[in-house]
Amino acid sequence: MDGSYAVELVGMGKTFPGVIANHDVTIRVRDRSIHAIVGENGAGKSTLMNTLYGMHQPTEGTISVFGREVHFKSPTDAIAAGVGMVHQHFMLADNLTVVENIILGAEPAERGVLKLSEAKHRLAELAKSIGAHVNLDAEVSTLGVGQRQRVEILKVLYRGAKVLILDEPTAVLVPQEVEELFGTLRQLVAAGSTILFISHKLDEVLAISDEITVMRDGTTVATVSPQDVDRRQLAELMVGSELPDPSGRASVVGTRDVLTVENIEVRVGVDAKPAVDGASFTVHDAEVFGIAGIEGNGQFELCEAILGLCPITAGRIVLNGEDVAALSVHERRELGISYIPFDRHREGLLLDAPLWENTMLGRDGTAGLMSGPFINVAGARRDCAAVVERFGVRTPGTDVPAFALSGGNQQKLVVGRELSSETHILIAAHPTRGVDVGAQAAIWDELRAERDHGVAILLISADLDELIGLSDRIAVIFDGRITAVLDPATATPELLGSYMTGEMQGAA
Amino acid sequence: MKNRQKWEGMAITLGGSLLAIAFALGLCAILLAAIGENPFKVYKDMFEYGTSKDSFLDEVQRAVPLMLSATAVAIGFKMKLFNIGVEGQTRIAVLLTAAIGAEVRMPAVLHVLFCIVLAMAVGAAGAGIAGVLKVKRGVNEVISTIMLNYIYIGLVSWMFDEFFIVSTDTLNVKTQQLPRSAWFPQLVHGKLGGFLIIALIVIFAFWVLVWKTRFGFHLRASGANAGAARVAGVNPGRMVMTAMLLSGAVAGLVGLPGLLGDSHAYRRGLAEGYGFEGIAVALLGRNHPVGIVLAAILFGFLDRASAILQINAIPQEIVQIIKGVTVLAVVIVNAALKRWYDRRTQRVAAVAVGAIDLEAAAA
Repeated sequence: MDGSYAVELVGMGKTFPGVIANHDVTIRVRDRSIHAIVGENGAGKSTLMNTLYGMHQPTEGTISVFGREVHFKSPTDAIAAGVGMVHQHFMLADNLTVVENIILGAEPAERGVLKLSEAKHRLAELAKSIGAHVNLDAEVSTLGVGQRQRVEILKVLYRGAKVLILDEPTAVLVPQEVEELFGTLRQLVAAGSTILFISHKLDEVLAISDEITVMRDGTTVATVSPQDVDRRQLAELMVGSELPDPSGRASVVGTRDVLTVENIEVRVGVDAKPAVDGASFTVHDAEVFGIAGIEGNGQFELCEAILGLCPITAGRIVLNGEDVAALSVHERRELGISYIPFDRHREGLLLDAPLWENTMLGRDGTAGLMSGPFINVAGARRDCAAVVERFGVRTPGTDVPAFALSGGNQQKLVVGRELSSETHILIAAHPTRGVDVGAQAAIWDELRAERDHGVAILLISADLDELIGLSDRIAVIFDGRITAVLDPATATPELLGSYMTGEMQGAA
Repeated sequence: MKNRQKWEGMAITLGGSLLAIAFALGLCAILLAAIGENPFKVYKDMFEYGTSKDSFLDEVQRAVPLMLSATAVAIGFKMKLFNIGVEGQTRIAVLLTAAIGAEVRMPAVLHVLFCIVLAMAVGAAGAGIAGVLKVKRGVNEVISTIMLNYIYIGLVSWMFDEFFIVSTDTLNVKTQQLPRSAWFPQLVHGKLGGFLIIALIVIFAFWVLVWKTRFGFHLRASGANAGAARVAGVNPGRMVMTAMLLSGAVAGLVGLPGLLGDSHAYRRGLAEGYGFEGIAVALLGRNHPVGIVLAAILFGFLDRASAILQINAIPQEIVQIIKGVTVLAVVIVNAALKRWYDRRTQRVAAVAVGAIDLEAAAA
């Protein structure tokens, strides 16, 4: 690390018509360093990075790259100046090989004929220099998440980037993969790259960064060295107040079996191996039963099966002593299953519809929402207003379309809707994913309150701190099977990670 | 907030449609100029002819089958189900209704009702096949309804030739004439058929069903976000079936204004083309009852006005081009307007809840 700056943003501001997304942003990123940018959702990190990557132009201030002031009109300009971005959601074509993906859009060709071998040669060297082991001829669909990320990084390097922006790179990784990523990042820096690391996971930021800039409300509030701060101080800088905590309870776990899942098997497709392969567990009243697992290990299918969205090919699902396997989704919901879906946009909300229609969704059996076959609009509005009031959804009214709300408020609306029905078991999949700290605290409060009222909760989360904090027991799902049930009092994220990757199996 | 939002939305939709029509007229003006016609004179002639005495009744008369076919299409569109087969469903329904309706003897009102129910049943059955294929076998309804169109159109042609022709007069081949009891009364004799009333009832029922009932909510939810509807307990298979059957039932009615109100027998060419044109009308009318009525009348106006082109020896196809470009332009303009308006709504909402405090952020 020498004294010069790879990237300098001075007094940068970005205004969208009527909205100030960034203002007075000043960040100086030293050459050959890892510089983290932390902040809550909505703090302006993404806008800032999109500005730096040329997706839009700043309204004020200057951007300099390697000492030269730049005005990027598009990402192409940014790439030409040596700034590359690795997006949080991978942008790879599944049915192409690694090489094909990397050269896509920058194909080395002579008179229209691809020169694949040359590209491969260069890539192999690049991969070696950052210590990444990737089979260049493998189809991307066969790669794991960590490998895909490596491919994204190679793609950016291949285009000559000296400054890499990584947007929430660890969001999709388990702790072990995070370690590998960090190894790669250190090698990158050693090989001469500069890294801008965007995250809100503070432990990781403290572990990897040379410097940390904190953003809040669209501006930079502090730049600190990881040696000088601890997690709490950093969090408080980020939030501007104290942090919420998922743990704490005022009741004891009940003894009544609310939901029992017995050896269920779920097959998707005809001859595929089962997505859920003989899972069994029981959730009691006033209990939070957590499920940890890397995405794609059967937790989604498990939830779908319990709710009745996909059939089970073996086993039993018992709700309050009644076998519900033959019932429809609607009937199961009437019996008291509520569901906070994995993806609120894909499965939770009608984004173009007004809030009062959204709170009606799945609850049109509730008294007051319908009169006969007709929608009781006044009743539905009142009901929506009650959900908004009780769950603190910040909205100008019940007639605005759902897309107009912030992510946190959308999630509060979904949670509120699901908890407004008579609920015996709540399946909560990633209940606080992508919401800000304020909304997270509010949702945790609601989940705790429901649990204390005797509701059984099946909690699926990728946030291991949330799982450990909220759960009374944590099961790990791996390859469709429950491989362990752990006590959160003794479970650590690292231990959970070992089970989640299949490294360890069997009850602890 | 509530009413303002509603009025703003309507103003934007209407403005967008007008913009699209203006765009289409502009483009066709260039075309007309290219073939050596004076576009202003052509438009002036069309407008004068289209608004001359008695024209309006004729335009509404022409619009009636389009209102029905567009409604049939819109029922599917509201849940993102594309019934492209309205054409075929219409034709098979009108032939069978003509053939069977002529064979039965009933009192006047009952006979008309019988024909209506029969046509709806045939149309529903015709569309239902596509529904079953989609639900049971996962066949895309666009493909199956297009293919079924060929089957139904071929079937109609064959059955007509083989079984139902009664007249041997080669200039006037048609099925057995319907008895008078099955004739639908006229509103304005010789100018406007009474089936307009039925079409308006159907459109009103469509509005109530889709916007005011639980079923309609499920239908719209399935269209807006199939994943969310499914999670909420809406049975997707049942929705597809019901929507297809309803769409087909309305499609069955499309040929009846012509059959019961005018020709009283099936002859070649009866009720042809309405199914496809209905897709355009539904798109132009944004699948909304009021929009569909207005768009159908606009199409009726253009059809009527095109007659003057023939008199002036200008290719009548220009009217088809105006229709086509208008529909395309509407789709494009509305997509752009929606994006703009959505962003604005989002911003207004954010400011309203104080998530973005403009003054504080600027200070």
